[in-house]
Amino acid sequence: MKCEELIAFLNEYVDGAVDPAICEEFEKHMAGCDPCQVVVDNVRKTITLYKEGKPYELPVEFRQRLHAALRQRWKEKHSTGQATTAP
Amino acid sequence: MTNQIALEPSDAELVERAKSGDLHAFEALANRHEQRVYSLALRMLRQEQDAEDVTQQTFLSALENLNGFRGEASFSTWLLRIATYAALKVIRKRKGLETVSLEEATEGTDDSDTVPHPEYIADWRQSPEELVHKNEIRRLLDDALAKLDEKHRLVFLLRDVEGLSVKETAEALGLTEANTKVRLLRARLQLRELLTRTLGDPARQVMPAHNHAH
Repeated sequence: MKCEELIAFLNEYVDGAVDPAICEEFEKHMAGCDPCQVVVDNVRKTITLYKEGKPYELPVEFRQRLHAALRQRWKEKHSTGQATTAP
Repeated sequence: MTNQIALEPSDAELVERAKSGDLHAFEALANRHEQRVYSLALRMLRQEQDAEDVTQQTFLSALENLNGFRGEASFSTWLLRIATYAALKVIRKRKGLETVSLEEATEGTDDSDTVPHPEYIADWRQSPEELVHKNEIRRLLDDALAKLDEKHRLVFLLRDVEGLSVKETAEALGLTEANTKVRLLRARLQLRELLTRTLGDPARQVMPAHNHAH
């Protein structure tokens, strides 16, 4: 396996979805290739960092507006439809 | 102390309650997921006003269509799909492409290109676990994301930031799975390159092995 071929299987490898035969070749290549080893490690860390990242808070004013709109629409929907009451 | 354990109700329980008319349950769902929806919209559209519009549309649409949610996917995946659909509409409008398909709206010409070769290769100075707690890191991550082409960014956001499967990502964006995978690979490699230039340790840089054909 060459470096280029390794890159082509990178998604499957880091997602743990690579075919076992390819996985073996992949790891054999990495064991003898520092750059590929580091690239794979960098990619894993990149994904982890984004996955663990914090979401954004809604601006306070928007959040109030959003919830008011939801309550309003809920009331409209439930006053005309079935007679279920929102607490 | 009594034996009260404040177990949070699951999304599925809240959905059932909301379906039977419980507004509090619906608001609890909104409280639980609004940051995620807003963050996705903000990162997709990179414009606060548009992100707010998409967030509001998403929850209004969820409210209207709650009975159509059958729980095949998780509630959060369902919401993120609605949000993606709304965000793609904004993107198409921006491009003046309201009549073309979603595939075309995010289509470029370079999907057949070879993937980029890693250039700057170095071990990072810190682990992701250490980095996550740094205030400046979100800025770095979002700046790197902003440098990607839209079509690569959208795939990465759904697959790697939000954790959808490749299949779910493809469905949400109206792409084939093969196309989704190509875009994902390019996004991951580009982000690796960009982040490593800041986070990599120059003392532990390794040169790319040029054992490819050209």
